Amino acid sequence: MPTSILFSRRRLRQVGTWLTLSATLAASGCSNLGVKPWERDLLADSDMQLTVSGVDAGLDDHIYFSKEASSGGRGFGGGGCGCN
Amino acid sequence: MQLINDKKNGKPVGRALATATCALLGVQATTTLAKDQPGEWDVETALLIYSETDDRVQAAEPVISATRNFDGDKKLNLKLVADTLTGASPSGATPSDLPQTFTRPSGSGSYTVDAGEAPLDDSFKDTRVAVSGSWTAPLNRDYTYSVGAYGSREYDYLSTAVNGSLSRYLNNKNTTLTGGLSLGVDIVDPVGGAPVGLSRMALRDNKIEAEFDQEFAATRESDDTKTLVDALFGVTQVINRRTLMQFNYGVSYSSGYLTDPYKILSVIDESAGANYGGNLIGADGNPVYLYENRPDTRMKHSLYWQTKYMLDNGDVMDGSYRFMIDDWGITSHTIDLKYRWRLANSYLEPHFRYYMQSEADFYQRYLTESEYNSGTPTVSEASADYRLGELTGMTFGAKWGYRLDEDRELAIRAEYMIQSNDGDEGFGKLTSHDLYPDTNAMWLQLSYNF
Repeated sequence: MPTSILFSRRRLRQVGTWLTLSATLAASGCSNLGVKPWERDLLADSDMQLTVSGVDAGLDDHIYFSKEASSGGRGFGGGGCGCN
Repeated sequence: MQLINDKKNGKPVGRALATATCALLGVQATTTLAKDQPGEWDVETALLIYSETDDRVQAAEPVISATRNFDGDKKLNLKLVADTLTGASPSGATPSDLPQTFTRPSGSGSYTVDAGEAPLDDSFKDTRVAVSGSWTAPLNRDYTYSVGAYGSREYDYLSTAVNGSLSRYLNNKNTTLTGGLSLGVDIVDPVGGAPVGLSRMALRDNKIEAEFDQEFAATRESDDTKTLVDALFGVTQVINRRTLMQFNYGVSYSSGYLTDPYKILSVIDESAGANYGGNLIGADGNPVYLYENRPDTRMKHSLYWQTKYMLDNGDVMDGSYRFMIDDWGITSHTIDLKYRWRLANSYLEPHFRYYMQSEADFYQRYLTESEYNSGTPTVSEASADYRLGELTGMTFGAKWGYRLDEDRELAIRAEYMIQSNDGDEGFGKLTSHDLYPDTNAMWLQLSYNF
């Protein structure tokens, strides 16, 4: 079996381990985190949105999509141009 | 009761989480300042100017994104993007100590690259128009759904996609779980037809036009399609009064024509002698260049983590990390940091991004004479596209925004990116050339939201 396939499978297993760990953390930890409804003042600020400007993010994603081999993460990577 | 931040133009409480939901769709949440009032349109407009050094790609890209708010937290977003590209793009061929002549992708005409110069294909011109729309609405107190569609058209490429997502709020809306799916079909219709992978580029020198036409036609096949399936699972968690965190796992499967029809590879002479490390010369007296060929499937996995934190003085830090791995052998790491320094009616936001990727298993800067094997290549896939090679990128930027009032914002943003490649330096004559030139690009964006 080629080394690259073995290497690739090992890396995929690492991803699986990360996912399991994260899901466990999310399930067990999230119920202890958070704020009361009256403590949301700062979180409600527009600058605290995860994506403050969708237009900026969309333009940058398109540039990096056409200049790198990676895409997505924050949202769908998808296609959308013949640039890569 | 509506919970607001009376200090800084407060917004309804669930908005940060709702935006996280929207961010999981291809169509990003777009409202920044708008009041989110039912019956109103919130509009973001921008013009981006993109420029690479050394006469490479230049682009101008206007965008308009409009969100209509309806009663009951329902939203319709429509977005239109256009871009015009000109300039030259690296073809994949290696520099040579002799001038090199290449056939244009259409087959009509040729272009010549000077000795020692990086081969750039200057027949690169395109106009793209992309439209997208999404509808987001609550199903009930605990669930929100979103559906969307996307379409873009350029001269040689048509892309379409539909997507949907469902979000579930937990723990008094401190936790949001989101699952999303996107299905896309792209039609690739390259100028002159798609080249047969790893076939030899027909060259005009030393032959009559009819002979060239016959050779060129033999390297062509018809247009082709590509299908994409993306799934995304995300957890957004309020950590405390000042901290919001998101964690996504995405899987993306594409199949069909994944090759770049305009990229080629040089075949290098490895016979001892005066041309050792130079272009291999074929029986027709011309150098040998092959069209690249990539696998026809690709599976990518990505993990994405983002944290937003508001400091005591109201400034906001935004950090994210993405890990990607695929079955082409590429792994990548991306770190993105922003700091929003908030002033009375304006803000200044410095930005830094670091990107690093390993090369694809089939990436080769060139093919050797023995790999070419007199026209029956010993490899089934090969690409010299620098974007599939070992790559490091750094971007430095800043955005300055001025808030005219609660609804209107004017902003300017500048980014500068430096990309550097690394890899096999070759042998013989090749070693005297720069096989991995840097790519430097800058972009400037003007935005007006109302």
